[in-house]
Amino acid sequence: MTEMMFQDAVREGLAEEMRRDPLVWALGEDLSTAHGGTSANQYLGLIDEFGPKRIVNTPISENTIMGAAVGAAVAGTRPVADLRMADFGMCAVDELVNQAAKIRYMFGGQARVPLVVRQAIGVRKGAAAQHSQSTEAWYVHTPGLVVVAPGTPADGRGLLKSAIRSDDPVVFMEHKDLWGATGEVPDDEGVVPLGKASIVREGSDLTIVSWSRMARLAEEAAEALAGDGVSVEVIDLRTLWPWDKAAVYASVGKTGRLLVAQEAVQVGGFAAEIMADVTEACASALETHVRRIGAPRMPVPYAEPMENEYRVTPARIVAKAREVLES
Amino acid sequence: MSEQNRNEPARILQLYETMCLIRAFEERAEEAFDAGLVNGSIHQYIGQEAVGTGVCANLRDTDYILSNHRGHGHSIAKGADPEAMMKELMGRVGGTSGAKGGSMHIADFSVGMLGANGVLADGLTMGVGAAQAIALKGEDAIVAVFVGDGTTNRGPFYEALNWAMVYELPILFVCENNTYASSTLTRSVTAGEGPVARAQAFGMPTFDVDGNDLVAVDAVAAEAIGAVRGGKGPQFLHARTYRVKGHISRDKLLYRAEGETEENWKREPLGACAAWLAEEGIAEDDIAAARDAAYARIDAAVEAAKAAPFPDASLAYQDVQDLGPPEIWPENLRMPGGAS
Ligand SMILES: Cc1ncc(C[n+]2csc(CCOP(=O)(O)OP(=O)(O)O)c2C)c(N)n1
Ligand SMILES: [Mg+2]
Repeated sequence: MTEMMFQDAVREGLAEEMRRDPLVWALGEDLSTAHGGTSANQYLGLIDEFGPKRIVNTPISENTIMGAAVGAAVAGTRPVADLRMADFGMCAVDELVNQAAKIRYMFGGQARVPLVVRQAIGVRKGAAAQHSQSTEAWYVHTPGLVVVAPGTPADGRGLLKSAIRSDDPVVFMEHKDLWGATGEVPDDEGVVPLGKASIVREGSDLTIVSWSRMARLAEEAAEALAGDGVSVEVIDLRTLWPWDKAAVYASVGKTGRLLVAQEAVQVGGFAAEIMADVTEACASALETHVRRIGAPRMPVPYAEPMENEYRVTPARIVAKAREVLES
Repeated sequence: MSEQNRNEPARILQLYETMCLIRAFEERAEEAFDAGLVNGSIHQYIGQEAVGTGVCANLRDTDYILSNHRGHGHSIAKGADPEAMMKELMGRVGGTSGAKGGSMHIADFSVGMLGANGVLADGLTMGVGAAQAIALKGEDAIVAVFVGDGTTNRGPFYEALNWAMVYELPILFVCENNTYASSTLTRSVTAGEGPVARAQAFGMPTFDVDGNDLVAVDAVAAEAIGAVRGGKGPQFLHARTYRVKGHISRDKLLYRAEGETEENWKREPLGACAAWLAEEGIAEDDIAAARDAAYARIDAAVEAAKAAPFPDASLAYQDVQDLGPPEIWPENLRMPGGAS
């Protein structure tokens, strides 16, 4: 194991895949400059090893970054398209949703679209309404797409590898506030399979399901609840589609209580899907009705007190967990 | 401004003061950022002051501008209050956008400043729409849209230029070519002759100017805006300038050649303008007084911003939309703005 920052671990994962498969390449704005991706140096140094044909510094042309990735994927390569943030990813939703997600199906299975689109999600302090959004539910709703939202450096690296090896398009959503987070990363290949959750804390009274950075906050909440003698099981889904129903059902079978925590706006969010599914599938195991927690339905505000109003915090998770436990 | 006033030293002295106001704002904003007083990050306009100032000097209060992520200078030049802007950056009560938006979302609709923008090129298409509204309402006004060099590689740039020509809209496109797009040299990802040739391909009249020369920008903007006002349709103004600072407040400029920033700093617009004023017979004291007045105003703005309270968290629920109940945290159900 090696202690690594998220951004470095994911870059390592990409580099390892690029060494393994010469048809893997990356495209996006600012990828090959001395910053190596202005957001968090996720491509730093890769230009030196792989050159400008495989680390492609693009114009500011989101539609073509995405569209070119789709075209290059159906033509037999494995592009990693970097749209920097989910907010700018919206500029290319058409190419992703109308093309990438549907080509295999629409053309009767003649073609595959093995691409990865990286678009970071989440609130980073003071980034406000157009640089903070969590849009994972949009893509979970879209048939044809795999959606990944890792919450640790090891999962970031391991899931990027699986995403690159996937023959279906994968939306890879990193949390901006995780880029600098550190964690243990395995020294071996460390591939993390798509669709497999990770039980990050075992418990018997309540299951909290979450993903991305919110899974880390759920762990904090579980720790606080442990101080009061409550035993919480925390599941980090890691992949949102397809999500690991077996792991969640098994946990709910054990605890009988479920809370789903997400950073995104609660209304119409992915937590609602998990709640509905578990309610249908695990009715007899549930001791009380399932709850969820997500952000109020507002654009992300700028000033600190208002920004905090948007945030799902460990304290708010604890309060919601108590509601579940006391009912 | 009538033609005969153009480039009169007294007028340029006023515009020099506006440039100083922008420079002072950006310097103090950076200090505030470094001191941890700014909640988000900032894109500075240092070195580009002459463009926004020279263009907006030829606009009226009733004209509209649409800005981009690097919008502080445009806002001040169009007449937004720097104190309210500083409060916005510091996330305080009295900010231009109620502290909801921060640096990248400054707007002041009372002076026709329809908003900075966090998404590149969206100001172009919205600007075209604002011009269409002017035409529809039969107003005597025009629109100016500011766009960076790097953004001319986004599709909406072409859609907006084409659209403006097709409907013969009263709009001025101002391309501020500061050489860079984030850490990328724009020319390394741009084919052909650049923005001017691209605008010409749509049959749009173009103007090319040294964007660091306020006197020149003022004169060219007067001509271009005069043409728009005169019903000659969309015009394109290309201003060559240089982004002296990093792309964003955290940027360490690792991608720049040694000495490049310093070399370009020699051409920064304030010094050149002050020299022009002195040559035209304006007393050194008057030039210094303009500068000092600008810095004093910004220093006062900083103090006022620091003294202003943070907004109540309940304000977060305001202005989302009319219909539908706000979703309020249980612990805040009794918050003043909360339960509507
Ligand atoms: C659609 C979109 N893509 C990418 C970004 C990220 N971004 C912000 S500013 C910038 C560079 C813009 O360069 P330019 O248009 O030359 O303006 P400048 O920053 O030089 O003023 C980039 C890539 C964004 N905000 N929106
Ligand atoms: Mg630029």
